[in-house]
Amino acid sequence: MRIMSWLRPVMNKKRPKHLVIHLIKLPLPGIVSILHRVSGLLLFIALPLLLWMLQYSLTSIETYTELMDILAYPLIKLILLGLVWAFMHHFCAGLRYLAIDFHLVRDLAHARSSSKVVVAASLILTILAGVKLW
Amino acid sequence: MVNRVVTGAHYGLRDWLLQRITALVMALYLVLLSGYLLLQPYLDYDVWTALFSNQVVRTFTMLFLLSLFYHAWVGVRDIVMDYVKPAWMRLLIHVLVIMALLLYAIWAVEIFWGM
Repeated sequence: MRIMSWLRPVMNKKRPKHLVIHLIKLPLPGIVSILHRVSGLLLFIALPLLLWMLQYSLTSIETYTELMDILAYPLIKLILLGLVWAFMHHFCAGLRYLAIDFHLVRDLAHARSSSKVVVAASLILTILAGVKLW
Repeated sequence: MVNRVVTGAHYGLRDWLLQRITALVMALYLVLLSGYLLLQPYLDYDVWTALFSNQVVRTFTMLFLLSLFYHAWVGVRDIVMDYVKPAWMRLLIHVLVIMALLLYAIWAVEIFWGM
C-alpha cells in the first residue's frame, strides 16, 4: 500500500466527463442493446397492469366482459400494442444474447446482421399480433 | 481490497446464469401457451378459464411468473447499478422493487387459487 501511495494524487484527480448523448452515433447492435433495456423496464413497470388484466380475465364473466370493453378503447389498444412491441423486442433481442452466449454470433458482420433480424422480427411479430388481436 | 458496496451484485455468476435460465423457462412456456391458444377455433371466457382451472397449467403458469419476477429483479438491479449512484438511493429502490415483486407473487397465487 505504501509503495502505491505516490499514485494517489493522480487517482483522486477529478477528470472531466464529456458524454454528449445527442452527438453519440450508436451502431445498430448498440440501439438493439439499449432498446432491450428500455423494453425490459417498460414491461417491469407494466407488471401490475398485466396482473390486473389477468385477474379480471379470470375472476368472473362480469369482470371478463368489463375488461374486454376497456380493451376496446383505441387509446388502450395503442398502449397495449406498445407493450406487445416491448415484449417482442425483448424476446427477440434476448434470444440474440443467448445465441451470443453460445458463441453462435462470432464477428462484427454477424453482430450487425443479427441486430437487423431482431429489429425486423420484433416489428413483424408486433404487426402480426396486432392483426390477430384486432 | 475491492471496494464492496452493500447494493452490489455480490460479484458472482449465479444471477447472470439464473437470468438466462429463467428466460428459457419463460420462452418455452409462452411458445407452448401461444401455440395452444392459436390452435383454438374460438377463444372466449369458458375456454380461457377452463385452461387455467387445470392444475398442471396453473402450476407451470406459476413457475413462469416466478421466473418472470426473478428475471425482472436481476434486470432492474442491473439498470439501477448502472444509473443510480448514491448507495442509499440504490438500496431504497432495491428494497421497493423486491417488495413489489414479492407482492406480485402473492397476488398471482391469489388469482389462480382464488378463482
